[in-house]
Amino acid sequence: MTKPKVAFFDFACCEGCQLQVANLGEALLDILEVIDVVEFREVMSEKWPQSFDIAIIEGSITTSHAVERIKEIRARSKVLIAYGSCATIGGVNGMKNNYELKDIREYVYKDKAEFFDTIPTRAVHQVVNVDYSVNGCPIYPPEFIRILKAALAGLPYHVPDNSVCVECKLNENICLFERGISCAGPITRSGCNSWCVNNGNICYGCRGMVSNPNENGFKAVLEKYDITVDMIMNKMNMYNKCREIK
Amino acid sequence: MGKNIKVNVEYLTRVEGHGNIVVNVNDGVLEECKLEIVESPRFFEGMLRGRSIFEAQHVTSRICGICACGHSLASIQAAEDAIGFKPSDQTIRLRKLLLHMENLDSHLLHIYLLVAPDLLGVKSFVPLIDSHNKVVRRALRMKKTCNDVCDILAGRHIHPISSIVGGWTKLPDEKALDAMLAYLNGMIPDMNATIELAAGLKFPELQRDTEYVALVSDDGEYPLLMGDVGSTDGVRMNKKDYKKITNEFVVPHSSAKHTKLSRESYAVGALARFNVNYSKLRKEAKDIAAAVGMKPKVTNPYLNTVAQLIECAESLYDAIDIVKHFKEKGVDHSEAVVVGLNEQKRILVKAGSGVGAVEVPRGLLFHHYEVDDKGIIVNANCIIPTGQNCNNIEHDMKKLVPEILDKSEAEITLALEMLVRAYDPCISCSAHFLDVKFVR
Repeated sequence: MTKPKVAFFDFACCEGCQLQVANLGEALLDILEVIDVVEFREVMSEKWPQSFDIAIIEGSITTSHAVERIKEIRARSKVLIAYGSCATIGGVNGMKNNYELKDIREYVYKDKAEFFDTIPTRAVHQVVNVDYSVNGCPIYPPEFIRILKAALAGLPYHVPDNSVCVECKLNENICLFERGISCAGPITRSGCNSWCVNNGNICYGCRGMVSNPNENGFKAVLEKYDITVDMIMNKMNMYNKCREIK
Repeated sequence: MGKNIKVNVEYLTRVEGHGNIVVNVNDGVLEECKLEIVESPRFFEGMLRGRSIFEAQHVTSRICGICACGHSLASIQAAEDAIGFKPSDQTIRLRKLLLHMENLDSHLLHIYLLVAPDLLGVKSFVPLIDSHNKVVRRALRMKKTCNDVCDILAGRHIHPISSIVGGWTKLPDEKALDAMLAYLNGMIPDMNATIELAAGLKFPELQRDTEYVALVSDDGEYPLLMGDVGSTDGVRMNKKDYKKITNEFVVPHSSAKHTKLSRESYAVGALARFNVNYSKLRKEAKDIAAAVGMKPKVTNPYLNTVAQLIECAESLYDAIDIVKHFKEKGVDHSEAVVVGLNEQKRILVKAGSGVGAVEVPRGLLFHHYEVDDKGIIVNANCIIPTGQNCNNIEHDMKKLVPEILDKSEAEITLALEMLVRAYDPCISCSAHFLDVKFVR
């Protein structure tokens, strides 16, 4: 049996998720036993002009050129995986959508602003059909492997739709609200094993919001600790601004 | 009639980000020679405005996956400088450990996975899995060790979690120190094998003397996290004067600005640090330099990769010493900070302007923030190592092409690609940050 042809592509992003893949260490070689990586610009000079069994996409769509490019990749791919927050929910690139595009372009590029094509940031699924999503900034390697296996076997994968709090409780962390600190965990999808809270920080919502957040419960928590909804919304918009694009 | 050569490399591979090489030789005369930076802009500086200084490192580490810790540390330094916060000695030592792990990890990635394929005549590390299996395994194992140490220290390497403004949200206990020490000591045999391998590699020849810029300090330490900015042309300035060092100017073919200081261009990075701070390298690092016959000033840019190898030893052995220090003196766990958005006002905030200058894998990185009295960012500016190197790379290319005109177009293209790769450019970083004029 020939190995499935897999390609990695990057759009507007930090390329940290592809590094998470490179950082799998020797386990990477086990993965390369079962797939044939035919294109991966950051680590390979090889190119593959034909169709892909799986295309793995990192980054958000932020220019009109990128829209064309992702459509072209989609047309050549049997299965498309979006990985990392930039690709799955728009991620930090979405913060740009908090501003008028003209204003932010001029702030950064001054009189050269017109050289830099930019459109409102969109997640990959807001431009083309996506078959699998690997959330997180950066991706959580064990979840990436689970999803890649599912894609190779043609099985479905469902991103957990309960809150980070579920995993956080299992990890026996003291709730940050109890320590007087606000946290986006109660409305953010789990699957990261409460990575940030385990390490003493707060949840910033990088995995996207749960589909049915317990809004009243969350508001009660915010009231109890005297934290404004604005503060939490501003924090959630760090990763989740693109959800407003219909 | 002279030779006509056209080189047009679109989306140079095995570098971070998107860049093109364009060279045009007409009748033996070099007419055009440039490195185009074509990365999509992401507007980070714009997006930082209106956010809390306590969110800045979280956002800016997302500029780059390879040097996430470096951006995070420069960001924290700028933020703390702006609000007048002085980090403790323990905090600084642990930050140095984090920086060492990132520099080591990034240098290993560059040496093994990005440069070695050129020197072994293949297109990527993938064919090496069969032909040089042990070497590939060693590279991946060493990289993983760096990541494992970062996991223990900061939660992870890519977008570190526990290193924030004010200090560390989590401090290593005895078990964590032992684990880090075991990982680092365990890397020594692989490091020795790396040195042996790299010492045998042959690099292309190109000599172009330029100005080398790096952090300098008066203490005995090889400066990476703190110091003034100095150069081989005798410049020394406070980091607050970074704009007098970079003197940015616009060129039409690049979304990264060019820089110059005392002459037409300058270089930052491992080779610059080696040339400026050779005397402060540890014995283990100097021994490698002696073994490969490198003494400052080295003016062959291809040897940046060897300077990275020398720095690998510097970082590994200094990291071991830092962990040993904490094993002996202990870690003061009362220093752990829980900050969030500083909603509890645990850290005193005042209006101000601050600069961070940190030696990240590819060279000197500057972050500059202005904050209001509530700690909200009013203005942000970052100057990236690759941005500073772009102009120098082009000058190298202009020196190189006439020297190798007798070679085939394919050979010339490869030599140019290898030259750009030698600088280990990080193009997404450099394009995201351009000019910001501060309104006073």
